[in-house]
Amino acid sequence: MADTPLQAAPQQARAPEAPSVPQVLEDLAKSSILKVQDYSRLSFRALTNLATGPRYVQDTLQQMDDIGVGSLPIVLLSGFFIGAVMVLQTGSQFERFGQASLTGDIVSLALVRELGPTITGLLVAGRCSSGIASELGSMLVTEQVDAMRAMGTDPSRKLVTPRVLATLLTLPLLTTISVFIGLIGGMVASVFSLRINATTFWERAIKILQFSDIMQGFSKTVVFAFILATVGCYQGLNVKGGTQGVGRATTQAVVVSSVLIIVADTFLTRLTLWLADKFF
Amino acid sequence: MDLSPSFLTSTLPASGQPAIEFSNVRLGFEEGEILRGITFSAQERETVILLGETGTGKTLLLKLAAGLLRPDSGSIRILDKDISSTSERELLEMRRQIGFVFQEGALFDSLTVGENVAYRLHEDAVNEEEIEPRVREVLRFVELEHTSDMLPSELSGGMRRRVSIARALITRPPIVLYDSPTAGLDPITSQTIISLILRLRDTYGVTALLATHRLQDGFGMANFRFDPQTKKVLRDSTSVVSSAAPTRFLVLHEGKIYFEGTPEELMHSQDPYLKRFLI
Repeated sequence: MADTPLQAAPQQARAPEAPSVPQVLEDLAKSSILKVQDYSRLSFRALTNLATGPRYVQDTLQQMDDIGVGSLPIVLLSGFFIGAVMVLQTGSQFERFGQASLTGDIVSLALVRELGPTITGLLVAGRCSSGIASELGSMLVTEQVDAMRAMGTDPSRKLVTPRVLATLLTLPLLTTISVFIGLIGGMVASVFSLRINATTFWERAIKILQFSDIMQGFSKTVVFAFILATVGCYQGLNVKGGTQGVGRATTQAVVVSSVLIIVADTFLTRLTLWLADKFF
Repeated sequence: MDLSPSFLTSTLPASGQPAIEFSNVRLGFEEGEILRGITFSAQERETVILLGETGTGKTLLLKLAAGLLRPDSGSIRILDKDISSTSERELLEMRRQIGFVFQEGALFDSLTVGENVAYRLHEDAVNEEEIEPRVREVLRFVELEHTSDMLPSELSGGMRRRVSIARALITRPPIVLYDSPTAGLDPITSQTIISLILRLRDTYGVTALLATHRLQDGFGMANFRFDPQTKKVLRDSTSVVSSAAPTRFLVLHEGKIYFEGTPEELMHSQDPYLKRFLI
């Protein structure tokens, strides 16, 4: 052993053996399963907390303001331009067959069934899932979560449930507003670009919609809301490695929730189409 | 503040029972075992100083005592209840009888000082009319009454620790756990914090675990007392306080209790490792 830090220690210790590939894969599988288990437990508790007290109504209202009202500007802006661009893209194709008036139908269906819920879900995931992860992560690394527990408060009730509930309540509303503004954007674009009468566009856009279309869009927003809120909370409450870890968790929250939203969208579309076919 | 001895004794276990009792407690993480068979107890109104280098598990020991972590093996009894196998819901109730002062204060940074101190009372749905005077009283106790509307970010490190002490006091807990309350503070502010802990001990008779790597904190607790009549911190020459509110040292080393004894025993120890603390 070296007497001082400047002396070189004799190289007696052997370098640790590199783990084998199967070992690495096994560890990876175990840690992934553990993460899924922890995430499932957190999500389950977030919901079961709703059944029993104490309930944090004030915190839920504050989160609804942060998530709902706070996300309104980006949802309005993006909704308007997505509706407009949909008209520009589809209208030119329909014009070739002299069916430009069908633009209202297709834009309405696309917005209500697919684009409204998905784009709003992704936008709110980008804004709020990251916000939730960074806020909870910062609280964790500065021991505020431990302080909460030390004072007899259950963090899953105080921090997770209000955020999940607020997102579940506000995302469907945001999506509805986004779809409405998208239709207005589409109408403006069709009037100025395709020279379609505004009333014609609006009538066709509303008439084409059936109950199953609205249910399809609504059910998606509920699932997307649950995903983005729980993923944000899970990433925030599992931060490791100080402030650098908070940054990592924030990025992870956006990536994981966005990917999960897109994957869930595929399965939900299939499921809701099947349900619509069977029951509506 | 109404922290009468009658209130405190009503929540403490029957006389003779330790307020805090660790029996062969072990705790480890991926990187290895940190605590290797810790056994000790703290009697009612006793202050136990947990002394050790950084990374010896002092904070872990406090978190175990508060039920924030669960031991891998062994048992922990707090106020005559075994908390090592208690459910989280029961632990939340039990923690209301423990005040925890975190190393960096751990104040909620989005709440004002007053809201931080009143946090537990709000959780217990105490009337607003009752909360306000109680908050003012504990803030007066830590001499920070004027900071009630300030945010934690506007306070100095020492002030944050004092607010943290006030927050821990608000529900009148019979046990207070201090995690390195003077770490990173200048000597004068450290002295202020120790004086505050002395006042708390000698006025209200709380049982305390105090983790520190500074020997002077421990000797400060052992050799001084707060006189409620003159409201001054005095050198304890009479040993009256020592018997009423004794102070004991536990030195942690390599996950085990290396030394357990009185300040005098530590002072006169010839052990080379302990002597390193005395330099």
